[in-house]
Amino acid sequence: MSDLSAVARRAVEATVGAGASDAEAYVSREGGRTVRVHAGEVESLEAATQTGVGVRAWHGHRVGYAYGTDLSDDGVREIAGRASEAAAAADEDEFAAPPQPAEVEALPGLSDPSIAEWDTSRVADLALTVERTALESDPRLVGVEVAVYADADEQVAIASSAGVAGEYEASSAYAYLSALAEGEGARETGLGFGLARGPRGLDPEAIGAEGAQRALSMIGAGKPASRSCPVVLDETVAASFAGLIGGGLSAKAVQRGRSPFAGRLEEEVASEVFALFDDGRDPEGPDSAPFDAEGMPRRRTALIEGGRLRSYLFDTYTANREGTSSTGSASRQGYRSLPSVSTSNLVVAPGALSLEQLLAEAGEGVYVTDVAGLHSGVNPVTGVFSVGASGRIIRDGALAEPVREFTIAGELVAMLSVVSAAGAEPRWVPFGGSVSTPPLLVAEMAISGS
Amino acid sequence: MTELIDQSLAERVLSRALANGGRFAEVFAERRRGQSMSIDERRIEAVQSGAEEGAGVRVVDGNTTYFAHVDGLDPADLERAADEAAAALRTERRQPQPLQAQAVTPLPIERPPEGVPAERKAELLRELDEAARGKGDEIAQVTAVYAEARRQVTVANSDGLFSGDDRTRTRIAVQTVARRNGTVETGAETLGAHRGFELLEDDPGQIAEQAAAKSLTLLDAVPAPSGSMPVVVGGGFGGVLFHEMTGHGLEADHIQKGASVYVGTLGEQVAQPLLNAYDDGRLPNEWGSDAIDDEGQPTQKTQVIEEGRLTSYLYDHLTAERDGVASTGNGRRETFRHLPIPRMTNTYIAPGDSSPEEMIAEVQRGFYAVSFGGGQVDPATGDFVFGVSEGYLIEGGKVTKPCRGATLIGNCLDALAAIDAVGDDFFMKTGICGKGGQKVPVGTGQGHVRVGTMTVGGTER
Repeated sequence: MSDLSAVARRAVEATVGAGASDAEAYVSREGGRTVRVHAGEVESLEAATQTGVGVRAWHGHRVGYAYGTDLSDDGVREIAGRASEAAAAADEDEFAAPPQPAEVEALPGLSDPSIAEWDTSRVADLALTVERTALESDPRLVGVEVAVYADADEQVAIASSAGVAGEYEASSAYAYLSALAEGEGARETGLGFGLARGPRGLDPEAIGAEGAQRALSMIGAGKPASRSCPVVLDETVAASFAGLIGGGLSAKAVQRGRSPFAGRLEEEVASEVFALFDDGRDPEGPDSAPFDAEGMPRRRTALIEGGRLRSYLFDTYTANREGTSSTGSASRQGYRSLPSVSTSNLVVAPGALSLEQLLAEAGEGVYVTDVAGLHSGVNPVTGVFSVGASGRIIRDGALAEPVREFTIAGELVAMLSVVSAAGAEPRWVPFGGSVSTPPLLVAEMAISGS
Repeated sequence: MTELIDQSLAERVLSRALANGGRFAEVFAERRRGQSMSIDERRIEAVQSGAEEGAGVRVVDGNTTYFAHVDGLDPADLERAADEAAAALRTERRQPQPLQAQAVTPLPIERPPEGVPAERKAELLRELDEAARGKGDEIAQVTAVYAEARRQVTVANSDGLFSGDDRTRTRIAVQTVARRNGTVETGAETLGAHRGFELLEDDPGQIAEQAAAKSLTLLDAVPAPSGSMPVVVGGGFGGVLFHEMTGHGLEADHIQKGASVYVGTLGEQVAQPLLNAYDDGRLPNEWGSDAIDDEGQPTQKTQVIEEGRLTSYLYDHLTAERDGVASTGNGRRETFRHLPIPRMTNTYIAPGDSSPEEMIAEVQRGFYAVSFGGGQVDPATGDFVFGVSEGYLIEGGKVTKPCRGATLIGNCLDALAAIDAVGDDFFMKTGICGKGGQKVPVGTGQGHVRVGTMTVGGTER
């Protein structure tokens, strides 16, 4: 048992000692570094560790939560006391009950030793290579606003008075840049990124080249004419939409009537082409772990398959309310947050077409490579959306001139029912959570431009 | 005011931070306390409280910043942070300037929320729930959140600055869902300030009623139109338009990297002469106000647009140093775990002399965006987008049907230059602004503002 598990157990005991009928403690320790580079120099270098505990206390069917960073005996007792007090202020909820222990299968390979092996100057070189690759790609590539490398290694331990106990370690690394291109009197930006469990899994040249290519491809962009037409969503945009759909499949949103998917289990909600899974154990998935934020085993859940809605995502509370079992879908933003239902790794099933074939299939339309304003342009309750977009015109089945300053609008479920093809090559994208998706062809979408 | 770390410890930490050289060093210590709870389905839930403390130490050498942060405020924790920040430097030890304590008066808090029993906060949420449901049987759901946060900070740097602040913010947010047959609509409203529980002693129920009214109005909405047209933007949170399309582009880090459409526009006429705008971190007890910024610089009122001319960028310590000017007190950080960067405080368009009624009466066919769900800008290209949370058609000089699903989209410089009327009905609203992975509280404000032409992206076929 690690020192973190010992802290978790101590916190559980202290909370029960403070009068709670049940308690659960979640402890995490994260070490990480971030390198930002600009104009061939390191702009900032951050090194940090943080450790904290979050305690959930039950007084019968009332729940409270407290967190803190002081892990001394006194500190933990103080946090335990606050959690217990918080529970007393909550209302009774008959479905609120501590999760019961379940068998968890180990999931090795989540931590990459290259994080420890690569020293600071080596990862700084990685970030500098990302920037340099972009800058050297084309004379119209006039700058890089920022290029970043970051990694983190996190240890998690959980314990509860009901007998839940577990720990794991997982690492992550990413690099990205925002490249600036200039031409035809305007400045354009382009994002390039890569994700892996450690620095050795990142390809800095590919990341730099992607940012440069995205920025350069936007030079000379105009406004498209308003119309209704076929749209191809690239992987980053498809991932953002998958994330919105995943949010609507949370049993919490469904049970509280705040989802366009409420009451539609086993109904037709998508075309046959669009299949969506949540897979908390995918070996490639950035968000994979052996157990979820309340210690329940992670698993693969079919959400939409064969065009029908197959399942929602449940944590213990929403499962109790539905009379079913958890899908291992509790998550938290570290020790500071109460567990709540959320996707782990979302996987959109790939199809058979290359990007060229998808564009050919679209014929005349728009290839969308970026969307903006998702947090304000989408109504998660109704699924109605209107978001800013940029990309390229598709003419005669191939990419033509760039376009910007337009919106794409519609309704999520209606959009899923006209997904007419999926690309063959999926990619992991950190937007909309953690999503693996190919590009998608949507047969018809409303474009609003000039 | 009590300091989180005393002067001699701060001096010791700064001296260690400069042990291997460096032009500038800083230690930022912070204690954070907060409580929040919500009501949903008429039940009080998610009652939670947090307590964290720690410090961040940075050392600047050449164009590079070295930063380390630790949990805890024991001398050993702070010294460890200093050693980590200094670890990568290889030059000669520098001696920091002796510290001079600055006199700072934190914004007054009448009723510290820590002293208010949790039951009183729960009762407030029940009142909000009732007030919203009281607007009609079509209100199907009400969610309300109460949150309080206190940040005590002490900052010291190698230029001899030693300062601190004690900040308490309180905020409530209400979201409602209205339902009629198959139609579902949502409404939201917030109230927040750099104040204690006194903020909520007047009539917070109004906020709940406003949120409910929005969702009820939308039940009769038609799909929003698409195309270019005049747009009248409502007061208060309508100011997020200026925040996004101008404020971010004036933050000096974007300017210095060439990643802003406002590069080279200082002193230029970027708007019509009727426009005056400010960033003001000193507005009394406003949501985005503090006594000092997170680098110890007193906050100030900065005019950024004077009669349509761009008059200032927004600076933190490092960007000001680079441009050879004084910091404008805009160095802000989310927590001790973040580096300070140039950020807005309260940004607003000053009141003009038009009445909202006149502004609308002059529009034959247009769009009235009363409030936004939020917005986003790419400062480098100037492309922005706003989601409209409450909007109406303007037909024949009159506000007619409510619209759902509208987004405003455009380019900063064009839209700023197209502002052709500013209202006299000024007020402020609260926002939470994200940049570089850091969220900070910001105020936005204005009276009604009319943009001569803008693209509305709706769902109307």
